[in-house]
Amino acid sequence: MRIVVASGKGGTGKTTVATSLALVGGESVRCLDCDVEAPNAALFLHPVLDRRQEVGIPLPRVDTALCTHCGKCAEVCQYHAIAVLGQTTLVFPELCHGCGSCTRLCPEAAITEHLHVTGVLEGGLTADGLEFARGLLQVGEPMAVPVIRELKRWPPLRRPALEIWDAPPGASCPVVETLRGADFALLVTEPTPFGLHDLKQVVGIARALEIPAGVVVNRDGIGDQGVDAYCADQGLPILLRIPMERRIAEGLARGRSLLETAPDYRPAFQALLAAIQDRVNTEYAP
Amino acid sequence: MKLVISIAGDNLQSPFDARFGRAAAFCLVDSDTGAWTAHANPALEAAGGAGVQAAQFVAGLGARAVVSGAYGPKAYASLSAAGIAMHLAPGNAPRTAADVLAQFQAGALNQAQAATQDGRH
Repeated sequence: MRIVVASGKGGTGKTTVATSLALVGGESVRCLDCDVEAPNAALFLHPVLDRRQEVGIPLPRVDTALCTHCGKCAEVCQYHAIAVLGQTTLVFPELCHGCGSCTRLCPEAAITEHLHVTGVLEGGLTADGLEFARGLLQVGEPMAVPVIRELKRWPPLRRPALEIWDAPPGASCPVVETLRGADFALLVTEPTPFGLHDLKQVVGIARALEIPAGVVVNRDGIGDQGVDAYCADQGLPILLRIPMERRIAEGLARGRSLLETAPDYRPAFQALLAAIQDRVNTEYAP
Repeated sequence: MKLVISIAGDNLQSPFDARFGRAAAFCLVDSDTGAWTAHANPALEAAGGAGVQAAQFVAGLGARAVVSGAYGPKAYASLSAAGIAMHLAPGNAPRTAADVLAQFQAGALNQAQAATQDGRH
């Protein structure tokens, strides 16, 4: 089972919830930090990162001896990353998404692909034996999606029974890429107008991808009743409420997971995991 | 010679548009006869790479020179590769494509020697 923890709004508690779920999931869990622009789950899980692999996108390289400047590559490129002008074929690496269309459709087979490194994958085990991996996008690189895609494809150390994927904030391509292939979208929000506004956006993405979703309300007790009203109206289950508690914030600030700071939450997260399991099983029941 | 002028409109009396990649349209003028046609810019709403797309478009129109207000790095590289001369009509004063054409014909416009601004994603 693959659970993505997403939120829309940043700082609602995605990583707090994702790491807690991973910690109650038993030994055959793999936790992926897909927030490759600012991964922070390792701060709370403390894995030993001893696996490393460079990743990136395949950039086209044009063999000028073979190129006839027919323009097919430029015609098929949706991103205008390759252009044919007069007797020159130009490649603009910063526009390329690495889709490979130009290479495959070149009638002269004049294009070959070469890895352009845009990030790195790191992985290892935590002291509890939990498998963890994260992607790190290189500073200055504009595209997070290829690194997330490669992170999800990275072969696990052992076959995980449960995968927890911590999504980036926002509601753009990196979030969509993280959600792709998930069995359940766990949406963490806070009961404020900002939290609600962004929750609606990720609910829209989950629905477009046909992924069942549920909500965790973090910092419960602040804000207003907007999130509750929206969830009731939309038939979105609120699976857990985490009250606003200073001791949790203090623990997180010291690099301690929620469950380390507040072990009394362990049963609540076990129940959350069971509730998600039930919903996924019902969803996919024959 | 076929010349392209970036415009915000659909004819030779339309206002000059100082942007190249994100110009609303292009006026293709024969600088010898004065005959012109207007062409909507296909790159106007491109997510990225507008300069590249616009450059390919004006090259496809057969232009040998362009007049605009600014050229980004990818537009500059693309137009250079196509052998298209890039002329600059500086300033923000409102003027028509016809005014700019007159300046070009009078030899009053300098050519860009490099990209005039940073690229935008």
